[in-house]
Amino acid sequence: MHTLIDAHGTIDDDWVLLDEEIPAVGRNKVIVPVQRWTDERDIWKESEKVLGVLLEPSFDVSLLRPDLNKLSLIAIPFSVFSDGRGFSQARLLRERYGYSGLLRATGDVLRDQLSFLARCGFDQFSVYSEHDIEAVISALAPFTVGYQPDLRQSA
Amino acid sequence: MYIYSPVDQAIVDQRVSQFREQTERYLDGKLNEEVFKQLRLRNGLYVQRHAPMLRIAVPYGVMSSLQLRTIGRIAREYDKGYAHVTTRQNFQLNWPALESVPDILAELAEVQMHAMQTSGNCIRNVTCDPLAGVAPDEIEDPRIWCELIRQWSTLHPEFSFLPRKFKFALTGSEVDRAAIQVHDIGIQVVRNEEGKVGFTVMVGGGLGRTPVIGKTIRGFLPRKDLISYLEAILRVYNLHGRRDNIYKARIKILVNALGIDEFRRQVENEWQYLRDGELQLSDAEIERVAQSFRDIAYKDLPIGDSASHDKRHSNPLFNAWYRQNTVAHKVAGYRIAYVSLKSHGQAPGDIRDDQMEKLADLADTYSFGELRATHSQNLVFAHVEEGQLYELWRGLMQLKLAKSNLHTVQDVICCPGLDFCGLANTTSIDVSQDITERFDELDELYDLGDIRIKISGCMNACGHHHVGHIGLLGVDKKGEHWYQITLGGSSENNAALGTRLGPAIAKEKIGDAVENIIKTYVSQRQNGESFLQTFDRVGLSPYKERVYAHTH
Repeated sequence: MHTLIDAHGTIDDDWVLLDEEIPAVGRNKVIVPVQRWTDERDIWKESEKVLGVLLEPSFDVSLLRPDLNKLSLIAIPFSVFSDGRGFSQARLLRERYGYSGLLRATGDVLRDQLSFLARCGFDQFSVYSEHDIEAVISALAPFTVGYQPDLRQSA
Repeated sequence: MYIYSPVDQAIVDQRVSQFREQTERYLDGKLNEEVFKQLRLRNGLYVQRHAPMLRIAVPYGVMSSLQLRTIGRIAREYDKGYAHVTTRQNFQLNWPALESVPDILAELAEVQMHAMQTSGNCIRNVTCDPLAGVAPDEIEDPRIWCELIRQWSTLHPEFSFLPRKFKFALTGSEVDRAAIQVHDIGIQVVRNEEGKVGFTVMVGGGLGRTPVIGKTIRGFLPRKDLISYLEAILRVYNLHGRRDNIYKARIKILVNALGIDEFRRQVENEWQYLRDGELQLSDAEIERVAQSFRDIAYKDLPIGDSASHDKRHSNPLFNAWYRQNTVAHKVAGYRIAYVSLKSHGQAPGDIRDDQMEKLADLADTYSFGELRATHSQNLVFAHVEEGQLYELWRGLMQLKLAKSNLHTVQDVICCPGLDFCGLANTTSIDVSQDITERFDELDELYDLGDIRIKISGCMNACGHHHVGHIGLLGVDKKGEHWYQITLGGSSENNAALGTRLGPAIAKEKIGDAVENIIKTYVSQRQNGESFLQTFDRVGLSPYKERVYAHTH
């Protein structure tokens, strides 16, 4: 089980991930798997819904560039916490392509990685529910200083 | 010496607090083994064959006497009274209790030390020419650039979970004493035709299971672009390096798979977006880091000291040490003195707690309170007045650290091997001792000249056997220890991988085999040729004939 948090605390997840069993009908905020998004992009762009996509670790984020103004959420999955590609995907989306919607880290996300994720531009984190969520939120900022540019959007 | 800013100190202190909390969670059963492993590795903590091992970072190999004294005390209070100098200029403690590691790290933080990123799949501690800032042949002191890289790479939010470990080495001299061609990224400070200082950047070198010599990705990189260019390389690697097989995950595999030209194209493309951004180094930023290095207040001394000269005449042992273990300094009246950690009865690179404390005292008296660790697992007093060398030597004699065998056949690089390491196939330390004991006659030792023997107890190549003039690789044959020999390797300017001599040789015969290789060199050499020069001229055959004639 996962709990969704941001820098301020637990948040309700009002998005639904579309898979074959879940139809888009009747849902307002939908997350489309990126493969399906790529196949059906023109249809989705006509949709009235609030849209998000779920990336894959090997996905080349530059391919999303023409779609970014249509997307309100991008979910980047960590299939295993030690696979760090998502950190680069996030920075590219934020810095190079100017994406300003929600950026959500999902999958095998460690609380010990949260500050790195935040500094790469993530603002929502799906974390394991068995954790002490208060402690997890405080783990977002174990360091008050850092050497590198910081993309935290809390400002 | 680099002196920490408040930001440097805050990062180290907060990292200790973070790791203390992580260790507590692990001990309370709230962190599983695999997760804690990745977190502790990034704080230098391995779990080895017998006990945990803590690898302490010595950024670019330079440390203060206070830092060495502190490691000496920590080795006594928390460990078994000794430490080990590694081929990447770090210090290792082989027996700390896992529970006490946060306390050790807190004590290190008090003297501006840490163990961040000395292991794990992240950017490791940067290594450097041990003679940085004092070598007469230097173009520019590379330590400022090492420190800029240290800061950029420390707790990098994007590059803390790379496909595999990532190692940098830098040199500011034409003579490569930092093995830059066998690192993931090797950087040489150069001066271009217009007289501007910049960098030649090499990528994709490394040893391990797939040894590769690094390839030049950029012949001349301007100073201001160093960090943005490195960020571009790391981003291409982080996104495209293999993650499905740890043996194919180093950057060298990616560079070889794409070819250097395609890899360069991808990096340059990435760099176009980064080069004018926040990572571009301003003169003010370079100056800020440069100002954080404490200057050495050299005296105005005459060239050549008569007292030292007289002592060399009257004391042949001192003379031997002077000739073998000291080299010229860029400032008149000073010399650089190496301390060999290759004495009998200790593993190469090992040093006792009391030796560390007394070496710290000697550094205070004779070398501005500074010491350095070298890639070949020795130490350096980098600024000794010529007229005080004799007193320093006497001090080292009392510590039994005055062995005059630097850059000789006794100056073996060797991994910990099966005595400590959980990965090793064979022992290394006893083989090193067997070899060095065979060449104990000083005259013979010096006559043989520069011969680098490197020993690894398994194919992970921590002893860098591929680039030994004579390399030994331990292999397991049905539970017995055998060794494969390679000849002609080098990690110096003419970097090359050794050529395999023939079938592996059993442990009880490996000392004889090495002795026969050296005898072959002596019989084949012409006009003062070095071991490598002779090997390059005559090739493998004469060595092969003699070694296998004696082992069959």
